[in-house]
Amino acid sequence: MYKIFKYVIRDILRNRIMLAYTALLLLASGSIFSLEDTSAKAILSVLNIVLLIVPLVSIVFATIYVYNSNEFIELLLSQPIQRKKIWLSIFYGLSLSLGLAFLVGIGIPVLLFERSLTGLLLVACGALLSVIFAAIAMLAVVFTRDKAKGIGTAVLMWLYFTILFDGLVLFGLFQLSDYPIEKAMIVVSSLNPIDLSRILILLKLDISALMGYTGAIFQDFFGTATGMTLSFVALMLWILIPVGISLHKFSKKDL
Amino acid sequence: MIIATNVHKQFGKLQVLKNISVTCNKGECIALIGPNGSGKTTLIKSILGMVIPDSGFITFNGKNILHDWNYRSYIGYMPQIGRYPDNMSIGQVINMMKDIRNHEGSLDEELIQAFDLEKLYDKKMRTLSGGTRQKVSACLAFLFNPDVLILDEPTAGLDPVATEVLKEKIIAEKEKGKVILITSHILSELDEMITQVIFMQEGQLVFHKNMIDLQQETGEQRLSKAIAQIMLKR
Repeated sequence: MYKIFKYVIRDILRNRIMLAYTALLLLASGSIFSLEDTSAKAILSVLNIVLLIVPLVSIVFATIYVYNSNEFIELLLSQPIQRKKIWLSIFYGLSLSLGLAFLVGIGIPVLLFERSLTGLLLVACGALLSVIFAAIAMLAVVFTRDKAKGIGTAVLMWLYFTILFDGLVLFGLFQLSDYPIEKAMIVVSSLNPIDLSRILILLKLDISALMGYTGAIFQDFFGTATGMTLSFVALMLWILIPVGISLHKFSKKDL
Repeated sequence: MIIATNVHKQFGKLQVLKNISVTCNKGECIALIGPNGSGKTTLIKSILGMVIPDSGFITFNGKNILHDWNYRSYIGYMPQIGRYPDNMSIGQVINMMKDIRNHEGSLDEELIQAFDLEKLYDKKMRTLSGGTRQKVSACLAFLFNPDVLILDEPTAGLDPVATEVLKEKIIAEKEKGKVILITSHILSELDEMITQVIFMQEGQLVFHKNMIDLQQETGEQRLSKAIAQIMLKR
């Protein structure tokens, strides 16, 4: 297992896109931190990068990478190696390299300019989002044989999680505004890893006061240690469930 | 050694394998022949566990291959179309396979020398011609001294010299008592090596016969003529 992982990592780290991605993150977060004067504003700007760019790059890069390693997978399948190990090695390789790029690109500037709990939370959420979207990419790949269709599906998923989901939630919220749905909102928000990360970080920024009653309920739940732990469990499930399903599907796939 | 029992496989509506049962024993050199699309490659891939049959099972040395993966260390496989990571060189691919297989015992690098591949070790896989790719596939199949060799159209795309080298290698391995499963459309080149013939058509096993029996039944010495006679009778 370690050996295949080694080849995957070596292959990804040689990829120039990965270097460009790291440099882009470093440049963006570095300039935001040195331009913004208040730390809360800087964190908010970096948050937008973390919630939009990081998932997009992670899911698209991971999808294309897995499609391009088709030959590698085929070559290994006729060898005495478990299918599970091949698939997991690719996932671990992708997670580690995407996570590493994020930690260098965002983690280091945050550590330099904003050494607070909020900053730490931001880095943790971003690293988790990198892995989550790599996991979702693996799921998209295993269900579609066609490369163009697979990449399309991956981009659509990103669009769904960043834009469509919020729209749907807002629509539901207006329809059901007569009912006490604040508590249900906590469950609904855990259905989207991006929303979950956003809420976790925004609440730490004390702007939750602006979010009215829902904000107070959120603060009551996500502000506590149990709430934090549960949200991280939810984020972990967002990794485990897609990887589990894709692994199950891959071990039965005809190649 | 390899026993397939009632193997059935369907891709969508297309039935590719219909209740195939075959047995391969030690020391046999089996030719798997049939028209294009008769399910030869699918059968080979099912034996390798790359295609998972809908029903039926395959055993290797008495063990069901479904949940086993270690049996593949006794198999050398040469695919019909060898696909390799584009950005790796020949040397890197060969060294990676050595590293991943972690083979104990001696390596068989005879073919690498015979094809003079070491000179091309720095060449990237994407720049290779079809024939050179086939040579790499052949070298990898023989490299780990496997007990079973599965060769899917081994000579397609090879030049006459390389074909001769590979044929001699196959015959030498057969003499050592290895199981060899070979598919080819060039029946004349199979004559010198095979002991058994499996003929498939539209996913069905038409017959599985000893070469000597086949020769006696049809009165023909050469495989191509014997097969032609059988096909005319049907």
